[in-house]
Amino acid sequence: MKSSVKRFEIVRMFFAIVIALLVSFGIIFLVSDQPLTAIYTLITGPFKSKRNFANVIEAMIPLMFTGTGVCIMFSANQINLAGEGAFHLGGLVAAVVALKFGLPAGVSPVVAILLSGLAGAVFTAIPAILKIKTNSSVLVSSLMLNYIALWFAMFILMHYICDPSIGSASYVIPEESTLPTLVERTRIHPGLFIALAAALLGSVFLYKTKTGYELRLTGQNERFARYSGINIVKVICVSQLLGGFIAGIGGGVELLSPIYTRFSWTSLLGYGWDAIIICTLAKNNPLYTPLAALFLAYLRTGASIMARYTDVTLEIVQITQGIIILLVVAEQFLSGYKHKMIAKEAMESLKEKGV
Amino acid sequence: MELAKETVLEMQHIMKIYSNGVVANKDVSLELKKGEIHALLGENGAGKSTLMKVLFGIEPPDQGKIILNGSETAIRSPQDAISKGIGMVHQHFMLLPSLTVAENIILGVEPRKKKFFIDMKQAVKAASEIAEKYNFDIDVTAKVEEIPVGIKQKVEILKALYRGADILILDEPTAVLTPQETEELFVQLEKLRDDGRTVIFISHKLDEIKRICDRATIMRSGKSMGTYNVDEISTNDMSKLMVGREVVLEFDKEPAKPREVLLEVRNLSAYNTQGVQKVNGLSFEVRGGEILGIAGVEGNGQSELIDAITGLSRKYTGEILLKGEDIRKESIKGIREKKLAHIPEDRMASGCASHLNIQENLFSNQYTDDAYSGKLLLRTKTIQKRSDELIKEYLVKCKSQKQEVGMLSGGNIQKVIVAREFSTGPDVIIANQPTRGIDVGATEFIRRKLLEFRDAGCAVILVSADLNEIFSLSDRLAVMYKGNFSGVFTDVAHVTEEELGQYMLGIKNDHRKAGAAK
Amino acid sequence: MAGNIFSADFVNAILRMSTPILFATLASGIASKSGITNMALEGMLLFASLFGVIFSSLTHSFLGGLLLTMLIGGLIGLALAFFILQLKTDEILAAIALNLIATGGTVLLLLAVSGDRGASTSISSVSAPIVHIPFVEKIPFLGEVLSGQNLMTWLALLAVVVVHVFLYKTPMGLKIRAVGENKNAAESVGISSKKIQYIALVLSGVLCSMGGYFLSGGYMNMFTKDMSAGKGFIALAASSMGADTPIGGFLVTMLFGIAQALGNLMQLTTIPTELIQMIPYLTTLIGLAVYSYTVMKRKSRLGVH
Repeated sequence: MKSSVKRFEIVRMFFAIVIALLVSFGIIFLVSDQPLTAIYTLITGPFKSKRNFANVIEAMIPLMFTGTGVCIMFSANQINLAGEGAFHLGGLVAAVVALKFGLPAGVSPVVAILLSGLAGAVFTAIPAILKIKTNSSVLVSSLMLNYIALWFAMFILMHYICDPSIGSASYVIPEESTLPTLVERTRIHPGLFIALAAALLGSVFLYKTKTGYELRLTGQNERFARYSGINIVKVICVSQLLGGFIAGIGGGVELLSPIYTRFSWTSLLGYGWDAIIICTLAKNNPLYTPLAALFLAYLRTGASIMARYTDVTLEIVQITQGIIILLVVAEQFLSGYKHKMIAKEAMESLKEKGV
Repeated sequence: MELAKETVLEMQHIMKIYSNGVVANKDVSLELKKGEIHALLGENGAGKSTLMKVLFGIEPPDQGKIILNGSETAIRSPQDAISKGIGMVHQHFMLLPSLTVAENIILGVEPRKKKFFIDMKQAVKAASEIAEKYNFDIDVTAKVEEIPVGIKQKVEILKALYRGADILILDEPTAVLTPQETEELFVQLEKLRDDGRTVIFISHKLDEIKRICDRATIMRSGKSMGTYNVDEISTNDMSKLMVGREVVLEFDKEPAKPREVLLEVRNLSAYNTQGVQKVNGLSFEVRGGEILGIAGVEGNGQSELIDAITGLSRKYTGEILLKGEDIRKESIKGIREKKLAHIPEDRMASGCASHLNIQENLFSNQYTDDAYSGKLLLRTKTIQKRSDELIKEYLVKCKSQKQEVGMLSGGNIQKVIVAREFSTGPDVIIANQPTRGIDVGATEFIRRKLLEFRDAGCAVILVSADLNEIFSLSDRLAVMYKGNFSGVFTDVAHVTEEELGQYMLGIKNDHRKAGAAK
Repeated sequence: MAGNIFSADFVNAILRMSTPILFATLASGIASKSGITNMALEGMLLFASLFGVIFSSLTHSFLGGLLLTMLIGGLIGLALAFFILQLKTDEILAAIALNLIATGGTVLLLLAVSGDRGASTSISSVSAPIVHIPFVEKIPFLGEVLSGQNLMTWLALLAVVVVHVFLYKTPMGLKIRAVGENKNAAESVGISSKKIQYIALVLSGVLCSMGGYFLSGGYMNMFTKDMSAGKGFIALAASSMGADTPIGGFLVTMLFGIAQALGNLMQLTTIPTELIQMIPYLTTLIGLAVYSYTVMKRKSRLGVH
């Protein structure tokens, strides 16, 4: 039965993606004067040139980080949306370290990235601590905290690291702190390997370690975990700290990568929300986040190429993403098919037993 | 009993397969007559509840038909069922604690004023009238959270009657009642029968069925084993049809050989989550090699006593000594490490994680053991091997250790829990309702295991609402009443059920007498 | 500054800023009472602010625009309910998806309808009228506060009363509360919890759309991309801080309005703007923590589990 359930999940995800793409194409037909070109560009754009394909890889990196972080936070059944703010603060901290600490090359990025992870960890732990100490909703407080992070970063940016010749961006990140480019004429950087390692280690953590086991038990049934002797408070704090740490590192890596030359994030970038899609597609297992991130990054890159060459705007992707989430999470989507499949198996196994 | 009563309802060849693949009903038929109390009898998991869910419109059948008053009908929802004159009193009360009795009764069929507003005065009046008509002595303006269990059940019945139920389904109605309340319920049910209503009485208490029911339909593993006039079938035959073999009620157990004291409770006063004192200066001890049975009506402090001993709650004063050491400062884990095992009262709420697989559920209390994990990582291979051993030893029926626990039957879930708790080699076992609501096979297995561990020198506390279980397993028997032991018996064989009932209800109370003598 | 605090302008500013959030807070309250966390308020506000502009321009009337926007709000609520209740989608994830679709959808829809990118500059919409009360407006202070408010502000205040009566005095209100307190119990007496939650979410959508309408036809006079700017999330927080009751939600919303208006006044001082922008969120965060803490303490004292 397990196999049929698994098979069903894959079939369902496939249909969800196909339907979401079809709906999006429909919308493109409605808004565009050149719909076929637009769709063609969307699909083939990422493969058109080395640089385009590199864009996909570059876009994957932050998605893998926040995706893995959110997988870990959600596995403890904490609907903590502060990954968004953690990523943002991670970027800020990396910028501050790079600009103010004056560390030598080689050391600087490492320190910057570790400190951005730390900032992210502290930040995502706040909703969890508020929950434990005051019983306030993790969901609501994390939503508020994201805006606090945004304005705090703005404050630091405008008052401490602002380049007056630009106005709303920091000074240029010194070369000692930046991450190198790995492939010529692209912006692919070593962050890719850190992100892949984070996904892999995240999965090992959740499914192979003691703490990961505690975390999943707590996420599945808190009362059961407590009854079993697990320290719930510790587990929740560890999960939120670790999730935020990874998201924060993501922010730091992203800022120091060749993609940015200055800290200029004057609005939230949305990687925290994207992480939820990644998580949904990866079924909360960090191991699958690279795959989910690849898909999303491909879609994004395609859309931005499309937006450059045709009259369709980038926002179409948000609709596609929205529909995918809706259909992948909708338990009843194609459930008739599932029930039939399971009922058939049950009947067959009755027959086999020779009743 | 009249012979030619008219048939009000027929369920024919009902088949129901749940989406997890469980075939709950295979070709079940049921026929109900006007003015009868009809027992639906069967082990847990026999398909009684499913059949009733189909009748009450909660689950659609995959095959079969329902004929109500001579014409075929489909029941699509509980609302549909209610409008067709079918009412159901669920095992777990379906009341809204923050509302009054009257509000609960009128909910869904509110009297109105000025078309848009609730007429509360009319609601109170109507509720009191119907209560009076059926001789139910209830204050309808009281809030439900403030009334006792017995009354809550009456409110449930009134709710169904207020909605004009001709067929009333009662799902294990006596499970939570005292013997006196049960008797009161029976009188009221007889009145309803004489009024021409049909009552479906779901139970597995044979004596109650003998006492109150006219006919009985017996179910076994999703099939109907036939309908019988209760007068014409012996309890022995009923139980045979139910389980296909004689139920073993008596255990041939060795006399206890008590050893040293393993658990000692001194002057314990414990409080529930609301801060109400539920255990009242209780002292006792349990020795290795004996089972102390604790009987009592639910809510007399049993849960709070167990929560204190297992470390789930620290809201207590007094001392609890586990192998001579005070456990007040110990964590739950610390207490468990002192070789205490705990079978919890509510297996789904705190005994397992239903979406995790069997293997993951088997090690929640011992994964930190050196055998199963290193500093960081779990030893997956060892865990897998041990899981298979435990599944085999505890006769857990499953496809593999990777199957989700939630997909198993109640009895098998309980076996998983027992396997987990007993596999640590405990010295003290706290078993709270260890066999509640599970099939006879699993019940017998778990009881035997308890005896096995007792014989191996374990101290066992058994809290159970099942008197049969208490009598057959206990070496000493205590009755809990209002936070203390109203009676303690060492000669369990000679305690009668009647006597026990008197202690349970506080009519007799040795503790109070002793207190007064001081 | 003290003079400013007690001025009618100050009170006006509070009411003006609170209006969209108040609608969304009431919307959140109804949904929560039925047992569903409506995190899609953000997307609902956004959709409504775009449709408000489109419809008021199409009908050339404020009322026509409002009613059609409310209809759309109800439909969005219905769609959300369909996914949550019919297809059993997790309510938070469904809301996140809806918010995403709203962010992208509004931009594309605007593009399709008018060719505008990001702001409805080419659509001539009709804003909600300002209510001038004759004679009263001449009374100092009080007159200035009571008169000269946007009609939507008055509707928001009226909605507080209407929603309160609806929840606590009508059969449907009782049913909504019953479903939210214990779904199974409500089901057992034949109340279709699904139907009730459908109704609650549709009403939630309608109320929220009124707030969205005010955003682009009162607070501002056009639609701009992402103009809800977290107001839906603030409403969610305000509602839960006000125990999801209409009166409680109203009080918290006002408190929030005061914090924001004070912040605006402080912009005249030397305190950095970025920190002032943070005030509403910080107030809500702290307020929620304090409120939740007192509830937790009271519950453990009174003994409600």
